[in-house]
Order: sequence, then C-alpha cells, then structure tokens
Amino acid sequence: MDRDEVMEKVCEIARDIFDDDELELNDDTIAADVDGWDSLTHLSLMNEIENEFEIKFEMKEVQGLSNVGELVDVILERIS
Amino acid sequence: MYRFRELTKASKKDVEGKEYRIAVLGNVATQFLSQAIGGYAHLCGMNLKVFDADYDQIDAQLLDPSSETYGYAPDYILLYLATDRIYEEFMKSDPSLRASFADEMIGKLKRYWDLIEAHCGARILQMGFTSINDAAFGSYGLRTAEAFAYQMKKLDWLLSREAGERKGVYPVDILSVQQEIGTEKFFDPVLYYNAKVNIALDSMGYVAKKVFDVIDSLQGHAKKCVILDLDNTLWGGVIGDDGLSGIEIGELGRGHAYADLQLWLKSLKQRGILLAICSKNEEDTAKEPFISHEEMVLKLSDIAIFVANWQDKASNIRYIQQTLNIGMDSMVFIDDNPFERELVRSMIPEICVPELPSDPACYLGYLQGLNLFETASYSSEDADRTGMYQAEAKRRESEAAFASLDDYLISLEMEGEALPFDEMHYPRIAQLTQRSNQFNLRTVRYTEEDIARIASDEGYVTLYYTLKDKFGDHGLVSVVILKKESDNVFFVDTWLMSCRVLKRGMEEFIINHLVSAAGKNGAKTLKAEYIPTKKNKMVEHIYEQMGFDSAGDNKYSLNVDDFRELKTYIKG
Repeated sequence: MDRDEVMEKVCEIARDIFDDDELELNDDTIAADVDGWDSLTHLSLMNEIENEFEIKFEMKEVQGLSNVGELVDVILERIS
Repeated sequence: MYRFRELTKASKKDVEGKEYRIAVLGNVATQFLSQAIGGYAHLCGMNLKVFDADYDQIDAQLLDPSSETYGYAPDYILLYLATDRIYEEFMKSDPSLRASFADEMIGKLKRYWDLIEAHCGARILQMGFTSINDAAFGSYGLRTAEAFAYQMKKLDWLLSREAGERKGVYPVDILSVQQEIGTEKFFDPVLYYNAKVNIALDSMGYVAKKVFDVIDSLQGHAKKCVILDLDNTLWGGVIGDDGLSGIEIGELGRGHAYADLQLWLKSLKQRGILLAICSKNEEDTAKEPFISHEEMVLKLSDIAIFVANWQDKASNIRYIQQTLNIGMDSMVFIDDNPFERELVRSMIPEICVPELPSDPACYLGYLQGLNLFETASYSSEDADRTGMYQAEAKRRESEAAFASLDDYLISLEMEGEALPFDEMHYPRIAQLTQRSNQFNLRTVRYTEEDIARIASDEGYVTLYYTLKDKFGDHGLVSVVILKKESDNVFFVDTWLMSCRVLKRGMEEFIINHLVSAAGKNGAKTLKAEYIPTKKNKMVEHIYEQMGFDSAGDNKYSLNVDDFRELKTYIKG
C-alpha cells in the first residue's frame, strides 16, 4: 500500500467517524480543521485506523501527532 | 458482537416506544461506555436515553440533591467503579489500613446506594469488579489480608452479600465479560493512560450487552423454557440406531461433554426454567434413556413436556408453546442440526434459536456465553415450576373424561384464597408484575421495593390469590392492587393472573372477592382500565365479561352495591 492509498483509507474512515461524506484530508489537516474532531472522536478514529490497518498505536502516537501527514507516516511505517 | 462504531451510530438514532432513562456514573471516563449502552439498547429496539455524568463525578452527583443525575429522573443508575482506579487507591492507601480495604469500599458503595434511594426512585445497577493481578505478593497474596488480591476477592463477596440484602440493587457481572474475551482484549492500556477509559473500544459492546441484559430482565423479558433436541444434542449418537448401550452420555469419554450440558440444563430447571423435549423419534425409544440409562442426568421428571414424533419441529414447538401457554419469545430451541434450526427460525421468527458450534465439546461454553437466562428475581416457587406444569398435563388428561366443562371443574375440587400482600411474598408478587404479559390489564412493572411500599400504604388495598385443586397447588396465581382515588372510589391499578389457571372460574372468583373487599373498605365505585399491549389481547374484554360498565377508551366502572356475584366452582 503506498502513501496515497493510506491517505485515502484514512479519509474514508474519517468521513464515517465525522459523518461527512465530503470530507477531504491532506498532510496539513489538523483536528481543529474538522468539525466534530474532538478528544473523544479522535480516540474512536484512532481505534478504527488500528482495526483497518491491523496495527496498534503507542501512547505517545495517540495524542502526540501534529497533523494528518504525521499520522499517515506512522501508519506507513507500521504496515511496511 | 457489534463494533464500537456501530454502537455510536446507533446511539444517535431515535427509537420508537416507551422511553427509559439511565444515568451512568463512574470513577473512570464513561462517555464511550454510555454511548455503547445507548447504542446497544437502540439496536435491541429499546428507547433508552443515557445521561453520562462525565469523569469521576459520583460523589458530586450523588451528594447534591439538585444534581443533574437526580434532575434527569432516571429509571436506572449505573454505578461503575473500575478496578483500575480502585487499585490505584489501594496502592496509595496506608499499608496499615489495607487489611480493611474491602470493608471500607463496600461501606462507600452502600453510602452511594443510600443516597440514590433517598433522592430518586432509580434502580441501581452496580457494576461488579474486573480482576487485576497486581503480583505484589504473587500467589501468597491469596492468603494475605494486606494484599490487593485478597481484598478484591473479599470485595466481590461483600458486594454479593450486600446487594442480596437490598431490594433495588442489581449487580452487573462485568468480570464474566473479562473472563469470556480475555484481559488482553478487554483492557487497552494505551486508551486507559491516554483517556482514563479502562474498557477497550472494541470490547464496549460486550459490556453494554451485560448492562442491557440486566435492564431487559428488569423490564420483564425473560426466557422461561428451553426446548431440546435429543440425538447428538443431549447425548452423542442416535438412540434409534445405536441403542441404549451405544449412545454417549456419562463420565466416560465424549459422554462427559453431554453429561455436563445436561447438568447445566438441570440447574436451569432447578431455578425455574422449563425443559421440553422436541425430537424426531418414536416416543418409547426417545424416552428409554431417561428411564433406563444410569448415567442420564435428566430424568422424565425434569421434563415439563415431552414431544417425540415424526412431525416437523415447528409444528411441535407450536404445540409445546400452546400447552405451556407462555410467549414464543420466552422460548429457546437447542438443536445440533442446522437444517432444523433454520426451519424453526424461518417458521417461528420470535423464538430464540442459538447457533451451536460444530463440536459438542463447545456446546456448553457457547450457550453460557450467550447469557440467555438473565433474571431480575428468584423465589422458591420458581424451583417447582416444572411440577406445576406436569400437574397441568394430568388435569388436561382428566378433562377429556368429563362430558361437560362444569362437571370437570366440579371434579377438580378447587379452593381459592385471598390475602393482603405479606413480606414473604413480596419477591413473588414483584416477579409476577415483571413477568406477566398476557393476563395483565395494565402491565405496570413493580420492584420488590415498590411492592413493599404499596403494601404499607393506606392509600391501597392489596390482594394476592392462591389456588389449589386435587392435582396440586398452583400457589400464588393472581395479584390485585386497588388504589383509593377517594374514600369511596377505588381504581384497579393492577390485575394480573397466571395463564396456567385460565378458564377455571378463577377470574370470577377474584372479581367476586375483590368487589366485596373493596366494599368492606368503603368503596361505592370501582374503576378499572385496560391498557393494550402487543401481548394482552386475551383480556381486552374481561371487565365487560365480569359485569363492569364500559366508560369508553378502555376504561370501565362498576357500582359496588349493584354487583351480582359471578358463578364459579372455586370455594373460598
């Protein structure tokens, strides 16, 4: 799976979690850019990503990533 | 099990039907659990609204009489003290006080229960405790009062004891969830340390089910009967082919798995679940192991109704249901044959038909994992329910021998008795209000506490009725609660009756008695009401049949002085 495919999957999951079929994410997207992305939905999003990619985030990754680009990088690193 | 996303989505959807409310209070962050409980209830068709008190608000919410929790007027309050937080409290405590930690903790819970009872009428769902192996003493902790392991075992026991002493406290067995799915799946340390949520999101559904199952049973939904196949379900092999000595049952080899399944079924029977047999066999062949096989656990006396023939199972199940006169949705059908299961499922959608694992070794664990037999009460009368149904079968046989129904009823030598509610019968009375669906005029559900309160309230006249005949004692079969609307106008708040005693003249006996009892208490007018539900159509016209005047809109009234006694063969 390449970077674009991972990004697309993350977008799909986010659209479902945030109930927004039009939602587009890019590397620079941060939580504040997205309606409904709060501390609770964030955990739900991370959980869905873990299930989708069959990975497990570490404690610092769940809270410490600064934008969607970093999130995608971590996923890529885990699944490679 | 539902995934967490499915639950959160369902939690946002509206569901039709009567609204129930639950407030969730915990010492951990409970928002996800609240969403999961709401979502699970919605997926099961219950209109359950959830108030989440947020992180660690138990004391603040319960001590303040004007708190949001009390203001929400919940039907249920879920108290969730996560063991993870309790454990931290334990480690922070003075080592010299640890030997009394469990006593302190149960004292705290009891204070919470007292506060809830003082400030609102909610039933208390007390979450039990998950297990943490703190390894500070190793196995030696089990014999050391200062160890966490020792104190938590004690706390588990204290919770059982104290909840059993209270009428309105219902434990929720979260430990069984941890045991079923395993600690690794149950607990997500990253989630706990990031968000103070001690149940992994993917496991929320299991916990939500456990909570919902208790609520559902308090709502009067309970399984009452298990219908069992025989060959390769209750024993290994086919009795018609393999014969008495060829079937597998008992301590030896694979028979052990079937014997344990039978032991479990017998324990269900002993707590009041009816067992019925539905088998494609010759009746004599099918009964032979029950009569002659030394290692059979179940005997014919354990079986409320035994059906073995070559008809299709759906028809036989309908026959069993009609004979026992209980709702189809209170029955479970267990059969190893996928074809039979599918047939029954498609012909009778209301009945519960569990899939069975292909390996008989796994039957028991699988069935236990479904948690089908949640109950909100237990009384000693439950234990003998099978005997009552067997006596009923004898009555039916004798009925056929009489030329007229009157002759038959006279031959039964029936005696009825009416008594005001007494403490010994509170559990049974509450249970009947929770479980009776068909002969139940207003379907008002009461807890034991409610019943105790009503019994001692001057504003009510309470009556329960018993019936016995020459075949046996039916025990407590009917409950009546009259509410005094004024000195001379009484309202029939509750009238329910066990369907076992329909068409015996018990309805007439009860009305004769209750009109006279109301009259003695000063009533001139009796008012009554029928509230239709999906299940109580059989009593739609009962008040008219009993001589009440219709006042329209399912409301009725009766002038006490004008009442003429109804005919019945039941002696008082």
